[in-house]
Parts: sequence; structure tokens; C-alpha cells
Amino acid sequence: MNCYRFLAKDALSAFLAFLAERERVLVPVEKNGARSSVVFEEWHEGLPFTMLKSTVPPKAAVLPQCEVLFTCRRVPDEGDQNRHVMVLDDTLTAQPTVIVATRPCDARGFAVLDRPYLNGLYQDPYYAARRKELTVLTLTCPTGCESCFCHWVGGGPSSPEGSDVLLTEIEGGYLCQSVTEKGRSLLERSALPDGEDRLASMQEARKKAYQSLGRAPDLKTAPQRISERFSDLDFWNRWTEACISCGACTYFCPTCYCFTITDEGDPAHAEGGRRLRSWDNCMSSLFTREASGHNPRRKKAERMRNRISHKYATYPENWGVFSCSGCGRCVSNCPTGIDIRAILLSALGKEEDMISHGTQSKETGQ
Amino acid sequence: MSGLTQGERRELRIVGFLCNWCSYGGADTAGVARASQPTDLRIIRVPCSGRVDPLFVVKALLNGADGVLVSGCHPRDCHYGTGNFYARRRLEVLRRFLPVLGIDPKRFSYTWVSASEGQRWQTVVTRFTEEIHELGPAPRFMDAGPLEREIEQPASSPLHSLDSASLESLAALKQAIASRLPELDLVLGWQEGRDKAHLVPLFIRTPEDLDRLAIGPLAVHNLAVYLPELKGRKVGIVVKGCDGRSVVELLQEKLISREDVEIFAVACHGTFDTGRIDQALGRYQHLESVRMDGKELRITCDGRERHFSLENDSSTKCLHCKTPLSPLSDHSFGSAPSVGEGDSTPPDLARLDAMTLDERRAFWRSQMERCIRCYACRNACPLCVCRDHCISDTREPHFTTQESTAKEKFFFQIIHSLHLAGRCTGCGECQRSCPVGIPILALREHLIRVTDELFPEYRAGMTVDAAAPLLTYSVEEPHIQEREW
Ligand code: SF4
Ligand code: SF4
Ligand code: SF4
Ligand code: SF4
Repeated sequence: MNCYRFLAKDALSAFLAFLAERERVLVPVEKNGARSSVVFEEWHEGLPFTMLKSTVPPKAAVLPQCEVLFTCRRVPDEGDQNRHVMVLDDTLTAQPTVIVATRPCDARGFAVLDRPYLNGLYQDPYYAARRKELTVLTLTCPTGCESCFCHWVGGGPSSPEGSDVLLTEIEGGYLCQSVTEKGRSLLERSALPDGEDRLASMQEARKKAYQSLGRAPDLKTAPQRISERFSDLDFWNRWTEACISCGACTYFCPTCYCFTITDEGDPAHAEGGRRLRSWDNCMSSLFTREASGHNPRRKKAERMRNRISHKYATYPENWGVFSCSGCGRCVSNCPTGIDIRAILLSALGKEEDMISHGTQSKETGQ
Repeated sequence: MSGLTQGERRELRIVGFLCNWCSYGGADTAGVARASQPTDLRIIRVPCSGRVDPLFVVKALLNGADGVLVSGCHPRDCHYGTGNFYARRRLEVLRRFLPVLGIDPKRFSYTWVSASEGQRWQTVVTRFTEEIHELGPAPRFMDAGPLEREIEQPASSPLHSLDSASLESLAALKQAIASRLPELDLVLGWQEGRDKAHLVPLFIRTPEDLDRLAIGPLAVHNLAVYLPELKGRKVGIVVKGCDGRSVVELLQEKLISREDVEIFAVACHGTFDTGRIDQALGRYQHLESVRMDGKELRITCDGRERHFSLENDSSTKCLHCKTPLSPLSDHSFGSAPSVGEGDSTPPDLARLDAMTLDERRAFWRSQMERCIRCYACRNACPLCVCRDHCISDTREPHFTTQESTAKEKFFFQIIHSLHLAGRCTGCGECQRSCPVGIPILALREHLIRVTDELFPEYRAGMTVDAAAPLLTYSVEEPHIQEREW
């Protein structure tokens, strides 16, 4: 049974304080710099926060930019002074965390990460521990936007996938709808008043959001069509020409999950070391460079092909859905304005959709 | 030194980089003579002061050293001939760079001590240690709190007029490219991207491609970034003034060859800060129109019209631009606005200037926290030449940690800035590309100011047959005033 509660705008801070009693609460915070950006930060009383869509998705809550997998230290053996033993510490720490006001595309991002990390051949204990302690309170989107396309890839502005609670903005505040058991017990524990009498406004808001979206192209054939393009290097070259291989597209993506592992010394102990896991990205040439120096994806076009194929062909072949939630961050954050939608549509031979979407065709007509 | 407080006071961590041939010998001579010396210094022996990468110094200072001393052979006495001449330039640039990072420049010194100068060594190390003790333990970068006071960004007025005049050159430019296209493999320009407010790079090969060419104040990308990877092909490139300087710098450093590149220079009348436009437009669904008229840009989306003006919303680099037209070109279009006299400090840099050292550390720490190490800043820089072998992520050597603290991210900015010292033209692509808007250009702008002071006859990206100041030296350095001990 769903549980519906009403969160009045002026009760927001009190609600966050209630959540913070038990858990770390992450909220979107607007940062001023050379351009403004929105990032998730730990909430504390008085922290100004925003309900805007974040520039950086909250992926780091389950997959930090860098984490210590273990530390090790060489210590003298207690029994035998002439010997040393290696002490390894791989204690897992997973802080109970609740994310507030992320968007449906980001919540769906968690669902994309869950498949390989929780349900793959091996479960990742680090990810699993943090995921178990995570609660996701998602703000449904009032409209689509020029760079996002969740409804192309199986989502939508009110998609519940990956969320524990959905918040929909209505007159005076937010209607909270539980999606999971976890979400329901959270809402029931809270002092929020019942919201069932406002269901109609919630439905109205969601309908408006859905109606605001442009026509979505049919991507059913994407896995097949993209696989067929594999050896068409001209195609990939053309679409990758402007790419500077920076990796922003993957680091800002809520569904990209590749990492690298590095063994380093431990600054805290001269005789110690640690194993770090940090984000890596397939757009970087180092990603596949082998110890021999050979690199199977030396050209940036080959790397772009990998990224697109992984998202729209190989991941779906394994899991039945795209590893793209359509958040559009790779589009809005790319310093050279590369538009993944245009590449996708061109691979599918659906240029007319591109034009209707306002995204230029780069096909040269030859 | 008197030696009386030696036993009592807490030792500080001072790192000394000493060249093998002179200063290490000098320290040895002092030791053999049993000259009393403070014990805070940890010596690292290097072949030559020229081997001391300024990054070694910054790395030490960021990671807990309270002071760093570099000492080599006296100028003209270098075992390898010229190593210390190069070192002198680099280390002086470094000394002047430290304050903008929030590091007290007094924590770093460089000098010359020969193998026979045991006594001089004793004086140097004693004085320097004394000075570091007066400063006390260095504040740690990661202890910097939030910036407590709002520091106003000073207003600055542009050195040349900013308007849409560059748009008028489009027809002539297209015509010129059309006539040259058969001879060239491709021409780099701009086109509309996902909508009319967002231009993207265009790679022109056919007349149809050329039809899509767009220029003007929204054509922000510096296309010179693509030239090195296109080496060996005949490439035309459309450049604004600042982009042209990057091309010159690439030619000067022999990263591209003159016969392969054909420069179509458009007189630039300013570009917009597209980040600011995006911020003002906010979340929108449909962009209906973009109109540019004089200084005004009108963008209508979702039925709402917003106005931007080059006076208020230009890229900050345009405010102090002195080269609206590329210094080198094969074809040029439009007339460049006349450039006013004087220098203006870029607004972000002026704001840093108004801060104390503690505030600067607080500023950088809070800004760098949100860096996600995407390296868009690095890859967008036309002069970042290591490309796939960047010291920040290569394993050979493993110079930087993968740890993702604000300190490590800041260290990367320092790496990039120092690698660009004397080469950076201030094109601003690093900052424009940063998706989270970290104002990293100020670090580069400060270094430009430093190299202007030290090497006033040189400006990066102006002449092909010049040498970047840190890639050369002179025996006498009129603008470097070395300290007396
Ligand atoms: S963000 Fe853009 S330029 Fe950077 S790697 Fe991705 S597609 Fe290439
Ligand atoms: S893609 Fe856009 S509309 Fe869809 S959930 Fe994300 S932000 Fe909302
Ligand atoms: S460091 Fe920044 S301003 Fe300097 S040349 Fe590189 S991109 Fe341009
Ligand atoms: S572009 Fe910005 S976020 Fe990316 S590495 Fe550079 S400073 Fe960090």
C-alpha cells in the first residue's frame, strides 16, 4: 500500500531535521563560481539548499569518486621478533544516507548501477553496503528540458524506479508518495500530515509534466543497429571529431560505473599501503591501455563507440534496459557540445527525429 | 644562530633540495667543519637545481612541509652549464605564484651555495630555519574553513569595445573558405549545436558543411585545441584574436607546422560568457529565437525573452583583451576594434588580490571541493601537450595520488597552471569547460601577470620565432632580484 503525506514548503527544514536525526541527509546546494552549479552536500541546520536539478548527480553516495578498499601495514610478529606480518584492514563503513530532491533520472541511475553491482556475477560488497543504507527521496520533474530525454529511454518525469519516495510539487508544498517499504516506513515515522486528499493535484502536476515532453523516437532497434555500426569507423570518426576526450560525459553520468584500482603508499603509515578505487572513464585513452603499452582503443572514435555501444547495445543485451537514464548531463556538460541524442539517432538512421528535436544533423550527405 | 632554543623548541619540517655538485658539497663542508646547524632541514639530493620541478616544492608545501629551500651552484658555475639558469627563472616564477594559492612565499627560498662555502651554507640554513620558525607551523590546506567574508568582484571596463560587429564578416569568410576548400583537407569553424544559443565546433569538408558555418559572440570554443591531433593534414582554422595566439604558440613550440595550417582570422568584438547565459536561461524546453543586435542578445525560450549584453555578460577574458585580431593570419576579415591603453586586472584575480592568504586557502578549498576530476579543463586547453600522458593520471611515474580530496584536486590545478607558465595565452578555455564553474582561470591569469613582470619583452602567442621564457634563460636577469642572505 502506498502512503501519501503532504510536505508543506515551510515544513521542509523541519522535515530535513527529522531525517538528519538518524541519517546523513544530502541535499542539492547551489554553488557560485565562474558559472553556478548544483551539487549534493550534507545538510545541516541553516544550510541554504535548492530544489533545482543538480549539475552533478548524487552517484557518489554509493560510488564515491575515490574510496579506500583496504589498508595494510607491516608489523612485527608478536610471537617472533624476527618476522613481520601484514595486517590488512578492509572494514566497510556505510553511513546511513538519505538523498533528498534528486530527480527521477538520477534515481533510475541507481537502478542501472544495481544490476552489475548487486545482481551481477559477483556482488560488490562496498557498493552493496552503501546501497542498503541509502534512501532516495525523488522530486518528480514539472517539465522536461532541452537537454534531457528520459522518456526516450524508458523513464519519465515521474518515474518511480530507483526511488523510495516520490515528491511532486503541488500548491503549497510537495505530495510525498511512498514507492518502497523503506519509503513507506520513513513517511509513517515522520510527522507529515496525510496527503490523500491532494492526490488529484499530484496527478494533475504529473500529467502536465508528461504532456510537456516532445515526441520520443522508437529506440527498440538501437542495440541491433548500433552493433551493426561497429566496424563503420567513418561513422564514429565523424561523430567524435569535436570530442576532446575529457571524460566529463561519463563522470557526470548517473549510470556510468567504471572504476580503476590503484595501490598506493599510506601517508598515515610509513610501512603501510592502501588500495584505492576511483572513478575511471572509457573516454580516456588510459582506460584500456595495457601494461605492454598496447591500447585496443587508441582512437577517440573507438572510445566513443564503446561508450555508446555500452549504453545502448551491450548493457541492454545483458540487462534488458539501456544504461542511460536520459538525464542529459553529458549533453549539457560537454565542453564541445557533443549531443548523445544526435549520435544515437544518426546510428539508427532517424535524422528526422533529430531535426524535430532541434538537434542538428551532422551527416554530410555523402 | 645562538643555539640556545635548539633543544626546547619543536622541530619544524623543512625540505631542502640540494644539487649534488655544489650545495650538497657545501652542506658537507659545513658538517665536516662541525659548524652548528639547526636540525629541521631534511635534505633531498638532486643532480642539479635545474632538476627541481617547481611541483616538487608545491607538493611538499601542500603536504605538510613548513618550508622548502632549493640550493644549487652559483650562476655560471653549474656543473651542467646552464641548469641553474633555467632553475632561477622557474623558481622565481614559483615564488611569485605561491601567494595566489594562499601559501606564504616566505616559506620558500632558493639560493646558490658552492661546495667550498661551508660557512655560507651555515648562514643560509640557519637564517631560513629561523624565518620558518618565526612563521610557525604551516597551516594545512585541508584545515581551511569556509570563506567568511563576501569579497566583492570589482567592476572592470573593457579595453576595446564589445559588440556584434564580427557577425558582419560571415559572408566574406564563407566565400574565402569556399575558394580554399579544394586545397584543404578540412576547415575548423563553428555551427549551431543543440539549439541556436549553443554553438559547437564544425569540421568543414564540403560546401554543405560550409553552409552551416556560424561566427559571432556565441562562437566561444578555441578550435586550436584540435590542431595538434590533425598534424600532417592541411587544415584551415577560423580564429578569434585569442584563438590565434594559441595557434602562434603551437607553431612556436613546433607542435604544428606552418605549411599545414591556414589561418582565417576574424576581427573579434567580444564573446559571451555562455555559462552565465545558461544560468540565466535556467531550465527551459524550447528555444524559440536568438537575435543579436549591436551589443544586445535576445534569447526567447518557452515564450520568455531575456536580454544579455556584451558589456555585462561577456567572458571576463574579453575585458582585458589586447588582441582582438590574431597576430598571425593568411586571410583576415572585419576591422578590429581599437584597443585602449593600460592594463586591467581580471575581476576574479582582483577579488583574490583583495583576500588574505588564509582567505585564499579557504576560497580554493571550498571551490575545489566540487571538482570531479573530469579533466575537461585540461583537455580543452590547446597548450596542454602531454595529452594521454598527463602526470596526474599516468602510473609511470605515480606522482599524484588517486585520492579525491580538495587538496589533490587543487594540486592538479597547480600542475596545469605551472605547466602553462609563460605559455598560457589566457584564452580561458580551461575555465569555460569546467562544468561546475570553478574559477580556475584566475590561477593562470596570475601567472601571466608574474611572467609579464619578469619577462616584460615577452607575450605568449605573439611571435612564432620567439622562445617561451621558461624554455630559455639569460645570464643576467634584469627583473629577478635575488635575496641576500
Ligand atoms: S564530455 Fe564531450 S568532449 Fe568530453 S569526452 Fe565526453 S563527448 Fe568528449
Ligand atoms: S531526464 Fe529530465 S525530465 Fe527526465 S527525470 Fe531527468 S531531469 Fe526530469
Ligand atoms: S591554461 Fe587555460 S587560459 Fe591558459 S592556454 Fe590553457 S586553456 Fe587557455
Ligand atoms: S573541469 Fe572542473 S571539475 Fe573537471 S577537473 Fe577541471 S576543475 Fe575539476
